Amino acid sequence: MGEVMQDARLAAMLLEHEVRDFLHTEAELLDERRFEEWLELFTDDVRYWMPIARNVRFNQMAMEYTREGQDTCWFDEGKETLRQRVEQLRTGIHWAEEPRSRTSHLLTNIRVASALPIAARAEEVEVRSRFLLYRNRIHDETDILAGKRTDRLRREAGGWRIARREIRLDQSVLLAKNLTSFL
Amino acid sequence: MMDGLVDLRTGTVSREVFVSEEVFRQEQERIFGRAWLFIGHEDMVKEPDDYFVSRMGTESVVLTRDRQGKINVLLNSCMHRGMKVCRADQGNARVFTCPYHGWSYSTDGRLVDRPGELVGVPGFSSHYRSELDKKSWGLVHCPRVVNYRGTIWASWDENAPDFEEYIGDFAYYLGAALDHRDGREGGSEMIGGVQKWRVKCNWKFAAENFIGDLYHDISHRSVDLVGIGPSGGKGRRDRQRGRTTVGFPDLGHGGLAELPHRAEPDYVATYRNHPEVEEYYRQVHEARVRNLGDRLRVTTGTGTIFPNMSFHGRQPRTIAVFHPISPTEMEMWRIFLVDRDAPQAVKDVARHYYLRYSGPGGMTESDDMENWVYATEASTGVVARRYPYNYQMGMGHSQPIPELRGGYDGGEYSEQNARIFYGRWAQFMEGRDWNALMAPARAAVAEPAHG
Repeated sequence: MGEVMQDARLAAMLLEHEVRDFLHTEAELLDERRFEEWLELFTDDVRYWMPIARNVRFNQMAMEYTREGQDTCWFDEGKETLRQRVEQLRTGIHWAEEPRSRTSHLLTNIRVASALPIAARAEEVEVRSRFLLYRNRIHDETDILAGKRTDRLRREAGGWRIARREIRLDQSVLLAKNLTSFL
Repeated sequence: MMDGLVDLRTGTVSREVFVSEEVFRQEQERIFGRAWLFIGHEDMVKEPDDYFVSRMGTESVVLTRDRQGKINVLLNSCMHRGMKVCRADQGNARVFTCPYHGWSYSTDGRLVDRPGELVGVPGFSSHYRSELDKKSWGLVHCPRVVNYRGTIWASWDENAPDFEEYIGDFAYYLGAALDHRDGREGGSEMIGGVQKWRVKCNWKFAAENFIGDLYHDISHRSVDLVGIGPSGGKGRRDRQRGRTTVGFPDLGHGGLAELPHRAEPDYVATYRNHPEVEEYYRQVHEARVRNLGDRLRVTTGTGTIFPNMSFHGRQPRTIAVFHPISPTEMEMWRIFLVDRDAPQAVKDVARHYYLRYSGPGGMTESDDMENWVYATEASTGVVARRYPYNYQMGMGHSQPIPELRGGYDGGEYSEQNARIFYGRWAQFMEGRDWNALMAPARAAVAEPAHG
């Protein structure tokens, strides 16, 4: 009994370690501008969604974020539009990123919220984390975007792939002139 | 100091217009304190006691639907000590209670004054000895408010002309964005939520961009190469019929649009990958032919209503507002529109296209902001300010549009509409009264004969 418990905890730790390593690698690809390799980390049916936060009264918190599949948002992407964005970055005339931004994606509070079917043989996991994107370009143009991410990772062809990413930015008015960095 | 900043004779505009603190201060008084401004959409305040916080220039205002169903625009500042009475962005509330001393206002702006209800003024009978005249201390009402085909507009100036007069025959173009595709007036609805973001540029860069600047195509060459068109085609839009610069020198509005015509062009199937969407637009086209008969009609690419509201009329279909924050910063808002009774699949395809095109994450617009920001920055220096911007393209080549009162066709590539915008801007900045502002016959000044 004790050994089974210990095995389960060990499996959960190993899983969390594996997932964290995967997300750190992903952030590294972005910061090194290896966008094509980054794109390969997503499943073909990925949904990349970033709702807009609103200021609402305490009794109307259900309205705090715009609704998925219905309202406006910052991003509602599939693999094809993510690919188009990468392609646009590679044209050399996407002025918002020409010259290129310097970015550092800092990830923390990474936690596996659920694993299916079980941690020891996980095929799909939900991961929560916090991000802080530092972006600097040209001279003094600096954006700091912080928020919460919920990712659903799926094991495909032996490796983890991102099947869903939900990004909740801690800003209602976006304090950056554009969103040309991936989160 | 405002003299000579806009020179329509030479087609030049001083950089002071874009970076000066003094110009900015006077704009608040003379433009944003008087002109008709876009406030929001009726879909934001569907039910009694619904509210949406908007802006008029640098002022915060609350758009409300009161319990009588009337739409109000209220200054968002307590009459007692000025505290912002509503700091949520939108919602539903019976009263706005000031968190400072507790003055409470109903959604019609009045201090609550009904027995048994929430106290409008705490200590009214004890501290004020019932001597306060509550009726005269309600929230400040914007005196002029209109619902135009679902969009709400307001002006602080009681003497402002009616909104219909203010937009004149540019109504055809604004209408093309706000109406149902089948031609029914105001038949669009707003997709929920507003994108809001800060851009460190002068607000007029955006207004000028949307008024009709086909010349800035190089800004968007990267997205054209990638191809994000609504039906999956090449470029950033599907092919559009002949667009030209349509402007109204007497009013300051203009757009990149079609000339008015009476026959509906043949339907072109575009959504081959989305049968349901294709079927919808085909049926809508047939309904449009029936509904409009031989009435005058247009389609709009983009347009600007002076001073700070712009719209995309077709692909995508959006409303944009450029709120001035400082000479070198604006807050941009973006609202998306779809046919109200379209099937969900049609709305979904439209929404996805709007999102990949527009806003700070839009593959088209992200590049616009880059240009506006660094044009503003590079114009702030004392040396840079000595050199005006050049607006000479197509000067003297405009032609009157017979079907439109005061309308001029500048041709496909022309800076006619920017000249019209800054001509209007200068008139407001001179502090002219409405009689002078609405008097026709500026056209000759705006577009002097060639040679």
